Amino acid sequence: MRHASPAQRVVAIGASVGGLEALKQVLGALPADYPWPVIALLHTSAGYRGTRLDTLLAQRCALPVREAEARRPLESGVVHLAPAGYHLLVEQDLRFSLSVDEKVSYVRPSADVLFESLAEAVGAGAIGVILTGANDDGAAGLAAIRARGGLAIVQDPQEAQAPQMPQAALRIAGADHVLPLAAIGARLAALPRESA
Amino acid sequence: MQDKDAEELEIGDFIRTLKARHGYDFAQYAPASFKRRLRALRVRTGAASISALSRRVTDEPAFLRQVLAGLSVPVSEMFRDPWVFEALRREVLPILASYPRIHIWQAGCAHGEEVYSLAILLQEEGLYDKSQIFATDLNDVALEEAAEGIYAASSARLFSENYQRAGGRYSLSDYFHARYERIKFDESLKRNVTFASHNLSTDGVFAEVQLILCRNVLIYFNDALQNRVLQLFRDSLVHKGFLCLGSKETLAHTTVERDFDAFDLPARLYRRHAPR
Repeated sequence: MRHASPAQRVVAIGASVGGLEALKQVLGALPADYPWPVIALLHTSAGYRGTRLDTLLAQRCALPVREAEARRPLESGVVHLAPAGYHLLVEQDLRFSLSVDEKVSYVRPSADVLFESLAEAVGAGAIGVILTGANDDGAAGLAAIRARGGLAIVQDPQEAQAPQMPQAALRIAGADHVLPLAAIGARLAALPRESA
Repeated sequence: MQDKDAEELEIGDFIRTLKARHGYDFAQYAPASFKRRLRALRVRTGAASISALSRRVTDEPAFLRQVLAGLSVPVSEMFRDPWVFEALRREVLPILASYPRIHIWQAGCAHGEEVYSLAILLQEEGLYDKSQIFATDLNDVALEEAAEGIYAASSARLFSENYQRAGGRYSLSDYFHARYERIKFDESLKRNVTFASHNLSTDGVFAEVQLILCRNVLIYFNDALQNRVLQLFRDSLVHKGFLCLGSKETLAHTTVERDFDAFDLPARLYRRHAPR
């Protein structure tokens, strides 16, 4: 088991309506030897509650996909999935924690909560990705990531199944890259080589 | 970066103040969500900074209630995770029925949604009259609300759906009165409930019981506090007593892992066994 070290970067992806297909595509582009932890958050209010999301995503992904557990460490080369109904947070010691506190941006799990905690935990090491969705969740979190020097990638609203979440992210946080879905996975796959 | 470090110092100072002044120890809470709650409390109380909160904690003893209420924001629902209550009804209550008296501890009862859920289960299984439920929380404001048994009418639909999925025998509305925007549960449901203040991070064994429900509380604690609380639960349970945790909580990787058997893992039901 390879645990994330503080110098390491962490990829966090937030998606809502239309997010299952979008996540499949992005995660499907990551190689089996991907060196960083990946966290995927899909709003369960978007109708995926009760389905085995990890199984669905694992079919298309070379990396192991596992539900994130409280107090367990982030692992490199693993896609950690936010459990339905809980906020997922990253602690300073790069372990997960869960909460059932009130919904944020009308959702739980909220990408704002995840991204803000990640920004505080790894600072410039955070890579936040906002995909399709029909609310504003993730925009404030992406701004927190950028404020601490992290990288922001937003799906091009023009091609997003639901453009509101990418639009809100661009309006509130801005982005380092605005890309079509097909290019986001490739960008994430290329980043470790560029920063080596 | 400097702001972040400054805030960390203020938060550390706040935690020390609360402990020194009032004996409440939040040092062993998982920091990320604690920090979110503390920031929300600062905003809600109009404090200019976390340091200002610390000063109010020192200067105004009456402010403590508000602080504790803000730092343990309890969000629950009746029959949350219905399969858990279905499992309690089908698998656990028939075993508890063999005891002359049934003692149950609901630790971290918050606004009481699960207390009333449990009371309804016991009533429908014909066990309530010989049962006693101890419902505890460190948050006195929440305890008072729990004792009132009043919830937003907008929750009724979700609560009712959960109740049906949990194997409810009647209609949940048989147990409450709707009035204006509120629903109020029958007073008789709490006739065998004792609401009491108890702090899991500092207080000891509360009672000897056959079932402990503590759901979605341990997720807020660090490893050390989680282990403390689980040992407390182990020591509070009779031989072959049951422990029910939240759906994302587990005894794996804890110090009491070997003191319990998994009884129904999807429902997060564990059963204490004799020391090996």
